[in-house]
Amino acid sequence: MPLTHLQRLEAESIHIMREVVGQCRNPVMLYSIGKDSAVMLHLALKAFYPSKPPFPLLHVDSTWKFREMIQFRDRRAAELGLELIVHVNQDGVARGIGPFSHGSAVHTDVMKTQALKQALDKFGFDAAFGGARRDEERSRAKERIFSFRSASHAWDPKNQRPELWSLYNGRVGPGESIRVFPLSNWTELDIWQYIYTQNIPVVPLYFAKPRSVVRRDGMLIMADDERLPLMPGETPEMRWVRFRTLGCYPLTGAMESHAQTLPEIIGEMLAARTSERQGRLIDHDQAAAMEAKKREGYF
Amino acid sequence: MEAAETLEVLRRHEAKDILRFITCGSVDDGKSTLIGRLLYDSKALLDDQLTDLAGASRAFGTTGKDLDLALLVDGLQAEREQGVTIDVAYRFFATPLRKFIVADCPGHEQYTRNMVTGASTSNLAVILVDARKGMLPQTRRHSFLVSLLGIHRVVVAVNKMDLQDYRQGVFEAIATEYRAMAARMGIPDPVFVPVSALRGDNVIFRSQFMPWYTGPSLLEILETTQVEDLAVAAPFRLPVQWINRPDQDFRGFSGTVVSGAVALGDRVTVVPAGWTSAVARIVTMDGDLERAEARQAVTIVLEDQIDVSRGDMLVAAHQRPHTADQFAAHVVWMGEEPLLPGRSYLLRLGTRQFSAQVTEIKHKVNVNTLEQVAAKVLALNEVGFCNLALDAAIPFDAYGENRETGAFILIDRVTNQTVGGGMISFPLRRAQNIHWQHVEVNKAARARLKGQKPCVLWFTGLSGSGKSTLANLVEKQLQALGRHTYLLDGDNIRHGLNKDLGFTTADRVENIRRIGECARMFVDAGLIVLTAFISPFRSERHTARELLEGGEFLEIHLSTPLEVCEQRDPKGLYRKARAGSLPNFTGIDSPYEAPEAPELRLDTAILSPDECAERVVAELVRRARI
Repeated sequence: MPLTHLQRLEAESIHIMREVVGQCRNPVMLYSIGKDSAVMLHLALKAFYPSKPPFPLLHVDSTWKFREMIQFRDRRAAELGLELIVHVNQDGVARGIGPFSHGSAVHTDVMKTQALKQALDKFGFDAAFGGARRDEERSRAKERIFSFRSASHAWDPKNQRPELWSLYNGRVGPGESIRVFPLSNWTELDIWQYIYTQNIPVVPLYFAKPRSVVRRDGMLIMADDERLPLMPGETPEMRWVRFRTLGCYPLTGAMESHAQTLPEIIGEMLAARTSERQGRLIDHDQAAAMEAKKREGYF
Repeated sequence: MEAAETLEVLRRHEAKDILRFITCGSVDDGKSTLIGRLLYDSKALLDDQLTDLAGASRAFGTTGKDLDLALLVDGLQAEREQGVTIDVAYRFFATPLRKFIVADCPGHEQYTRNMVTGASTSNLAVILVDARKGMLPQTRRHSFLVSLLGIHRVVVAVNKMDLQDYRQGVFEAIATEYRAMAARMGIPDPVFVPVSALRGDNVIFRSQFMPWYTGPSLLEILETTQVEDLAVAAPFRLPVQWINRPDQDFRGFSGTVVSGAVALGDRVTVVPAGWTSAVARIVTMDGDLERAEARQAVTIVLEDQIDVSRGDMLVAAHQRPHTADQFAAHVVWMGEEPLLPGRSYLLRLGTRQFSAQVTEIKHKVNVNTLEQVAAKVLALNEVGFCNLALDAAIPFDAYGENRETGAFILIDRVTNQTVGGGMISFPLRRAQNIHWQHVEVNKAARARLKGQKPCVLWFTGLSGSGKSTLANLVEKQLQALGRHTYLLDGDNIRHGLNKDLGFTTADRVENIRRIGECARMFVDAGLIVLTAFISPFRSERHTARELLEGGEFLEIHLSTPLEVCEQRDPKGLYRKARAGSLPNFTGIDSPYEAPEAPELRLDTAILSPDECAERVVAELVRRARI
């Protein structure tokens, strides 16, 4: 019986994770709490079973995540008995950086990109797993599975290491590091299908229920806490919504939906004609936004 | 979508197999357009991606008011601006029959390494030929690389048929010419399809303009071609990635079954050590398995307690791989600096890393004409057939029999860049038949007779930094202490042993390699060896160090600044170099790579020769060598 494509994707991801642990001195897994992170974490549990994954999880907390995400994060880490490092850019907090006061570009740069670099430097990680997929976005489609970063965390897309067969090169000099993307070859449908067949827990925000939202710039923004400033004429209203992707709540648009089960979510996705990143404000800030952010050290 | 319907879609999606293919074509063959067309017509694109595409088409497009489908795949800003593909892009789409991963590869010769990256994980190649231009040198190059990488299924898409009025003769002529070439390259039964990527003819839907073509469309070919999986038929191999030890009672070996299959009770051998045991358990988080197939990631527990580490390989006991420390292989060079025979590189094969040198380039292949030509070095994007020597005997299979255990990469020791990819052809018998002559009187015995611990004092630094002067002084002092020494000096060696070598980078590498070997022999003879050579490259000094045992190699860096050396100019060489009459002069137009962690660093601009000599002798005492 030849392996199905999901079995092959699973095996490939496990191979990648074991290679990192075999080659790198001090790896870490970026855990962003979303569905891709959920799958990546599940694969890590499989890769090292019956041992626990021999690396900690790192969450870079922008302080603007949905509250349910944070609760889910802490519960999962406790259930699994894994070390969880939460890093906040305290300098950004002190300067009062936020998406409403400074705009999404500055907020993302300071509270996500800079914060991530701070955390990687502070703990001296030489390899960091990320849950990005090549089907998400154009510049991701070009990125290697083992993606080299300079000592200043920069990505040079025109000078990537050739990556042949399943022979990965994780060698780095002092201060340099490798970002590793074990889900590179998964698609959004693969992710949901795997969550469904493996029964992987995900944040309840992916499922529809009545939530308090305001309509702004064509997006439905959830009033997750009292920090959402209301514009003139805006009043939060209860609507049946869910999220296709999760990030900072002020930057993440909800979609109207009644899908309360995984098959219903997948059904909606199969019928949908927009891609998941459309709900993300940060990608639309400028042309080639993702490539530019990645060059500066974003995941 | 109704839940029942969704579950049915999921069930079908789950059962699909996967085809990884590569597309190759030249700059204007319309390759990116073809993939864009496949994605567009197979409805793999979503509304916001189309909106994005419409915007990009206005900004960068070359198709007037129509969508420029090529922009779907050219992802980097520079690619969209220049309209060329620079790096491999991976694209995903699925039909009701199969899931596809496309590696869209650049066609230009300067991006050969990126094409090889894409080809190494593909099972099928779509090669584009422009109907107006016919077979071009790049068609030959792409086909050669595809066959070299072991892709046996080739589909030739003759594109831009619309610009040739969809004439059958044009298509047939190209097919005939290609078939003849494919036969010479050993590509079996290529398949041909006439298409227009721009207009969509025969890409997904059969074209109404070419009634003379009755075969399947390109997508139908991709959906139905059976790709034989070598990995399934080959013998069991599992390179060990990680030793899994959660507690005292469990010791498992985690890795991917890269070929063949393994079942409970199977006899497996650990190579290269050679221990044999039986499979006691095949562990996964979803429960133990009775059998694991090719490409499954598992953890194996053996019945006996035997020593296994990362880098070892579990293999079928009755079908073992070759084991040798020398082999012949095709190497595709990907480094900006050329491949230099004699230089030490890291070689990664399976999960293990070795020190390796190319001992000889048998020939290189002109990738456009397929001629074999003599070569001393391999430049970026060149392909050569080489002999390699490793620091240990390693287990491997021929690439033609097993892509997973016959492939390796080469890594530069200084930059850590991946600089080469290799495919092993066969072990070199001389490695197996030439054994070390066992000698009764060994290094320890010879050293004991002399009452000393042999070692190498390796002086390195710019011309004029005082290497020869210092080495002479140190040797005199050691003589006075009753030590047996030998001094290898740069100029003297070049008058004799190395008089056939010049000053090109390749010759410099070989120069230092020979000196390293000489130094080793003299150390073996029980002597304290002093070498005084510029030895500008880290790799070669590293190689010389590796030839010796721990503590036997003392690197002494004379860090005297260039200005001082140039001012001294004892042989008038800097003057000549500045005047341009002495090319490849270290420090002027050839680099000096300073040691990162020498045993001793001395600046002769600050210290006198006698002070330096004292410090060297003191260092030998401190390290208990004398």
